[in-house]
Amino acid sequence: MNPQTPSPPPAKLPLSLAANPKLSSWLKFSAQGQVTVTPGKVEIGQGIVTALAQIAADELDVDISRLQMVRASTATSPNEGVTSGSLSVQQSGRALRHVCAEVRQIFLGLASERLGVGIDALAIEDGTISGPGNVRTSYWELAGDIRLDRDATPDATAKLATRRAQAGNSIQRIDIPDKVFARPRFIHDCALPGMLHGRVLRPVNSRAKLTELSEERTRAIAGLVAVVRDGSFAGVVSETEHGAEAALAGLRKGATWSDGEPLPDESDLSAFLKTQPSELTIIDDRTPSAAHAKTRTIRRQYSRPYIAHASIAPSCAMAQWNGDRVHVWTHSQGVYLLRADLALVLRLAVENITVEHMEGAGCYGHNAADDVALDAVLLAKAAGGRPVRVMWSREDEMSHAPFGAAMAIEIEAGLDAEGEVVDWRHSVWSNGHAARPGRAAQPALLAAFELANPFPRMISSDPPQANGGGADRNSVPLYDFPSWRIESHRLKTMPVRTSALRTLGAQGNVFAIESFLDEIAAERHEDPVAFRLRHLRDERAKDVIRAAAKRAKWRPDKQRGVGHGIGFARYKNTGAYCAAVAEIEGEKDIRVRKLTLAVDVGEAINPDGVINQIEGGAIQATSWVLKERVRFDRQRITSTNWTDYPILRFSEVPEVEVEVIQRAELDPVGAGEAAHGPVTAAIANAVFDCLGVRVRDLPITRDSLIAAMELGS
Amino acid sequence: MPSVRFRLNGAEMDVDADPDRSLLDILRGPLGMTGPHFGCGAGECGACNVIIGDRAVAACDTPLWSVADKDITTPEGLGTAERPHPLQRAFIAEQALQCGYCVSGILMSAAALLMRNPAPSGQEVKQALDANLCRCGSHNRMVRAVLRAADEMAAR
Ligand code: FES
Ligand code: FES
Repeated sequence: MNPQTPSPPPAKLPLSLAANPKLSSWLKFSAQGQVTVTPGKVEIGQGIVTALAQIAADELDVDISRLQMVRASTATSPNEGVTSGSLSVQQSGRALRHVCAEVRQIFLGLASERLGVGIDALAIEDGTISGPGNVRTSYWELAGDIRLDRDATPDATAKLATRRAQAGNSIQRIDIPDKVFARPRFIHDCALPGMLHGRVLRPVNSRAKLTELSEERTRAIAGLVAVVRDGSFAGVVSETEHGAEAALAGLRKGATWSDGEPLPDESDLSAFLKTQPSELTIIDDRTPSAAHAKTRTIRRQYSRPYIAHASIAPSCAMAQWNGDRVHVWTHSQGVYLLRADLALVLRLAVENITVEHMEGAGCYGHNAADDVALDAVLLAKAAGGRPVRVMWSREDEMSHAPFGAAMAIEIEAGLDAEGEVVDWRHSVWSNGHAARPGRAAQPALLAAFELANPFPRMISSDPPQANGGGADRNSVPLYDFPSWRIESHRLKTMPVRTSALRTLGAQGNVFAIESFLDEIAAERHEDPVAFRLRHLRDERAKDVIRAAAKRAKWRPDKQRGVGHGIGFARYKNTGAYCAAVAEIEGEKDIRVRKLTLAVDVGEAINPDGVINQIEGGAIQATSWVLKERVRFDRQRITSTNWTDYPILRFSEVPEVEVEVIQRAELDPVGAGEAAHGPVTAAIANAVFDCLGVRVRDLPITRDSLIAAMELGS
Repeated sequence: MPSVRFRLNGAEMDVDADPDRSLLDILRGPLGMTGPHFGCGAGECGACNVIIGDRAVAACDTPLWSVADKDITTPEGLGTAERPHPLQRAFIAEQALQCGYCVSGILMSAAALLMRNPAPSGQEVKQALDANLCRCGSHNRMVRAVLRAADEMAAR
């Protein structure tokens, strides 16, 4: 490949790089023709590692097969915080691109010296550096003489987007062959030498305390290594997984619990949310530039229930002690953050703890991965230096892991005589959407609340608005209304444990805004697509709406029993643009037949990967909308299996069509969370189009349809 | 303890274990096969599916005694990178997964379907996979991959 025309230098180091400026913490070269890449981000089932490999291969001009992508570990990787779908490619990608560009220049500098040829006359192809007169050397030849243990400088210049060979092309994900050929790759399938198996006993009733524990039945079980108890935390360690299950069953029989703490009334979550003590934040306030004559006000209330992560695999972790040092293997989204919390609980210096990532099943936010890691660490203390693997049960996964928070949303619009919006008010009531480990002076890990000397239960908070907010995420409309007031009420009590689930509050807010807009457009007899376009200034926003509408042949002719609806959002108001058109059929039950989406993620590095993520998000959102709701009575979570917490099945999955608007010149943003809000709203609006009923409380099930019809009549 | 004999991926097996233990437990435990995955342990997700005879069944819901003298195929027995099953080739070609935890069970259901019905319709594929859950939303790609594999097998 030819020398590249550089793009203008970035003003300063990318965020991730500024925090971890050592070049050698990202890249290493071997004389054998390999590049070891150590990103701080982790694979959470969305192909992030492949996208990063593409970036490195491009910037270095090496074949992607030369790259060894190393799993993140606190021992070897830069600290890149948490990996969540939407920011990973953006942050890690930018940093890695910068590092590779700089390292490339360092190599070119040395090559130029050795070969006696100016840098500009050198070209790199698959790591071989050549110049006029057939002079050549390579990364591998020079590797021994290059020192990368120095800090990145702000003036490294990356290639122009148009000169990249890999990015923009769909390439095969590097993790897929292992998964298709059943080679062990998931933490659940990787056994360490001498490994033992652990199980933890958790209460059925919410937050019940373990008052008595008879170990008698357990002691008799073959293979038992230890029974561990510390306050309400109890577990077993066994030579075999089967033995651990049996020992746990014995322990359960010998356990006596206190009553626990009451749960809210599931049948009226909005009332519960709106009456709890809460903290009010004004998210945004826009005062009108001119006076508008408001002639009437309409107000609507929307809600969404608690939603479970419900990964197909229960959470799992391994831990091994060596004296006062412990090594942890985890599918947590943030190895450093988990380490910080483990240090708090264990009262140990972080240097004594190594946390290494291994793949788990699909991760959609802060699930029980971190909790089970502490479980493993506590049980492994009793294992005499042998490693212990702990896996949660399906039931515990569905009841003890944090949930996505329930939300009540009220929107009020002031309309003028023509039915135009002159004033808008949006209020959210919700628990916080983040209680991740590693961010506070107290740990966020479940077992930490159960110890004899317990840490206080963490009450979820919301990320700052600058990071997209939590309950308030996407609560500020992108539509150009003359005035508005957006407020968020964060609950100060938390009977049901909540933390980050894909999109945080965005799904609920977009559902509410886009449903309400649809209602206003319908009242005005205005086409909902036209209505939206008329209120948007941002051309990228209009482009995705137009593209989705065009693909879906908006507005298809009215057919009995079939409905169409549209939904749009720009995720976090700063991320990916996405518009969705839903086609549903329904009378008693709703079936989504087809979803047509258009998305703009800036530069789509691996377009097929983007489509895969959008498709996945659209289907998951359909599942949330049509089926999902965490169930509980006043004592306990009752939806602890797939029968009581059903998700969308193959026979119910809609056809999904995705159009990616490629913008190679713009920085990439994530695709994993872009579709949820728009799809949710599109389905709800299609239900109205089909049945003339507005369902404002998710999920949209036969029961909620009947309830909405009764309310309407 | 009584021993139970069966064929596992073509090899004769003789397992000494409590015959009431689940097949999944035996496969993942003493036999060290990690292809079948644990998802729920209650026959509700299909992550642990294996093929017995020409049917995909949940190994977590199958007691050891019931497989005496049966032919069992696990994901490990489907094919290898060197000699892939058409389904494995098709899943790679279609990039038909996100996290892939559900995939081994889905491959089993799909392989059993193709044994019985080499030319299924899209609808039939969906029916055959209906007992398999996927949380990542990779369903449509998986259906496409199964149809692609069927086409490839028909063309041979
Ligand atoms: S683990 Fe067997 S069906 Fe879920
Ligand atoms: S690909 Fe993740 S559960 Fe199916």
